[in-house]
Amino acid sequence: MDFLNAIVALANYVLVPGIAYGSQLAIGALGVTLVYSILRFSNFAHGDTMAFGTMIVILVTWWMQGAGMSLGPLPTALIALPFGILGCVALVLITDRTVYRFYREQKAKPVILVIVSMGVMFIMNGITRFIIGPDDQSFSDGPRFIISARDFKEMTGLEEGLGIRTTQVITVVTAIVVVALLFWFLNKTRAGKSMRAYSDNEDLALLSGINPERVVMMTWIIVAALATIAGTLYGLDKSFKPFTYFQLLLPIFASAVVGGIGSPLGAIAGGFVIAFSEVTITYAWKKVLEYLLPEELEPSGLVQLMSTDYKFAVSFVILLIVLLFKPTGLFKGQSTT
Amino acid sequence: MTDTVKNTLLFALVFTLIIISGFFQGWNNAMFILNMGLISAVMALGVNLQWGFAGLFNVGVMGFVALGGLAAVLVGMPATPGAFSAGGPGVILALLLGAATIIAAVLAFKRMVPGRNRNLAITAILIFGFFVFRGLLDPSVALIESVNPAATGYLGGLNPGSEDTYRDNGLIMLIAWPVGGLFAAGAAWLIGKAALGLRSDYLAIATLGIAEIIIAVLKNEDWLTRGVKNVVGVPRPVPYELDLQNSAAFVERAASLGFDPVEGSTLWVKLLYAVLFAIVLGILFWLSQRALNSPWGRMLRAIRDNEVAAEAMGKDVTARHLQVFILGSAICGIAGAMMTTLDGQLTPGTYQPLRFTFLVWVMVIVGGSGSNLGAILGGFLIWFLWVQVEPIGLFIMNIITSGMAEDSWLRAHLIDSAAQMRLMTMGVIMILVLRFSPRGLIPEK
Repeated sequence: MDFLNAIVALANYVLVPGIAYGSQLAIGALGVTLVYSILRFSNFAHGDTMAFGTMIVILVTWWMQGAGMSLGPLPTALIALPFGILGCVALVLITDRTVYRFYREQKAKPVILVIVSMGVMFIMNGITRFIIGPDDQSFSDGPRFIISARDFKEMTGLEEGLGIRTTQVITVVTAIVVVALLFWFLNKTRAGKSMRAYSDNEDLALLSGINPERVVMMTWIIVAALATIAGTLYGLDKSFKPFTYFQLLLPIFASAVVGGIGSPLGAIAGGFVIAFSEVTITYAWKKVLEYLLPEELEPSGLVQLMSTDYKFAVSFVILLIVLLFKPTGLFKGQSTT
Repeated sequence: MTDTVKNTLLFALVFTLIIISGFFQGWNNAMFILNMGLISAVMALGVNLQWGFAGLFNVGVMGFVALGGLAAVLVGMPATPGAFSAGGPGVILALLLGAATIIAAVLAFKRMVPGRNRNLAITAILIFGFFVFRGLLDPSVALIESVNPAATGYLGGLNPGSEDTYRDNGLIMLIAWPVGGLFAAGAAWLIGKAALGLRSDYLAIATLGIAEIIIAVLKNEDWLTRGVKNVVGVPRPVPYELDLQNSAAFVERAASLGFDPVEGSTLWVKLLYAVLFAIVLGILFWLSQRALNSPWGRMLRAIRDNEVAAEAMGKDVTARHLQVFILGSAICGIAGAMMTTLDGQLTPGTYQPLRFTFLVWVMVIVGGSGSNLGAILGGFLIWFLWVQVEPIGLFIMNIITSGMAEDSWLRAHLIDSAAQMRLMTMGVIMILVLRFSPRGLIPEK
């Protein structure tokens, strides 16, 4: 019994939140990694692209809620998602046309593009704050839990409850669908293959008649869609605040680099590595250990390795270790030296 | 038009802007812009040293600025009675053991034969060290934080005065500024050892992370900084307004110049700060200028422009990068200590990367990367805009919305959002400069 309780407590506090957070990071990191492999720079504006897309989803959601539309048990935001993606695609394409294209034609060094993306970050952040304000917004509706901790306890008779939130299930399902679609697109369609070709060897791709501007445009469209989806899922699961999205940049970069930047598979793996490390290191293990250890060995403290505020430190340390010891990441991305 | 004339005009323009703002918004406000402009110029000098001279992409400025602020507290505040005897030795021992753990792990990595044994040994050292570290640190921290938690609850600093008299030793803050530089330099050494040599955008991500970690430490380690409870009442190297208003001689002198005692005292204090900051800025500018035109500066620029060629000429690229990374960060640390002194308080919750890292970058880029004078100009100009965009935005919004109905929600929203125009303006300025004048206002020669 104690062993089961320990497993349930572990699932409730570590596994389920970790999987949901990992999916969100993975989709975010996919966006960063795609920009990196096609446009060849680290996009500092990615967090704010996520925030912008999510903001449109929120606005449309509010309007739909006002108009009385709903998806029954699912959050209304899911119907609003396509609108958010469209808005985000529009913004990103305008940005590319007015800002990035100039540097692409000049063949500017990647570091210049990174600095330019810092400027874009400022503007996107400003637009988001200008429209929706800097405060916390909550836009999730429908039932909060699929199984609440109390129901679980009643069903199983265990002492520990396992609560699974609707948003967590939606996150995981959406993530699987999105990733499957993306891989199908990259591996099976002509457009996806031309993107991979362009990423592998630009000159050879140009030689075989691939239109670079088309590849870049497709990349931005996909990146905007991924960013909006990741942002919306994160916002549904936690809450939406422009500054938090900016801060997500660090774990997202860490995920992309850990997996091997430029490798989509790596981005997904990296997302889960980062998410689980953050959750396990900042989780107070007292509860789980109480069930597992004999009474005399029970810990007196919380057995929390680090306080929750140090979660950035966790993703950072992992990032640094990977950069120093395995610069190509887990999945042989482009070298980082 | 020669360069000198153009540069003089540019500086004259910025100072005219500040003076105009003085006429419209009051001299206190103008002096505030000037003081923060001086501090921003120092930060921009530091970033320019790293980016403009050496091409190092550091987006962790916020962390170094915050470390400078920490130094201001640790030097300027009085020691909390009983706090050090309660937990001080425990904390120091824990920190030493923590450092020893890391050194042991590094030694194991360097000395042992690569393979599974080495990995196991390193993991064992780190895990064991971590638990010993936490086991020693936590109880001592609890002891320190339980000493008068409402008012202090932290170790305090090195100010020899007591709770009541420490403000008299305000000049100690002048020592705190270089100490802030030392703190930042120490952190930069650690980071540089690990992260320099990575590709430029990875260095950026790494420094971004470091800055977040430093802020997290300042927010959470209450025994060191009181965390989000803030340290207020940091002493100052200049007199207090109240003392001035109580001094008959000062009131008389202010009256003879046409100021009432309150305004006169606040202006005098800000003016003294401005003089101190200007001296620091002057010294750092002179040093940077000397460095830029020395063989060392030429070597750095050679490395920046072509790393491979410089290495072929026998230059030690990594060592030079480390050197300039440390120096630039130290300058940011000095600026951070000055800023905390000016504010009179350390508030870890207010350090935001957009304000302390990316804004400084806008300053350097607008001013002209690689040019010290440009960095200083950018510091003043961008800081001025950062402060003034909000009232200007409000003014514009009021004009735009003047035709709308009084109770229009759009009007209310637009006026509320005017405060958010800052970030957008900074982004637009940065992108426009990068596009149309990538060398900045005062280009590198």
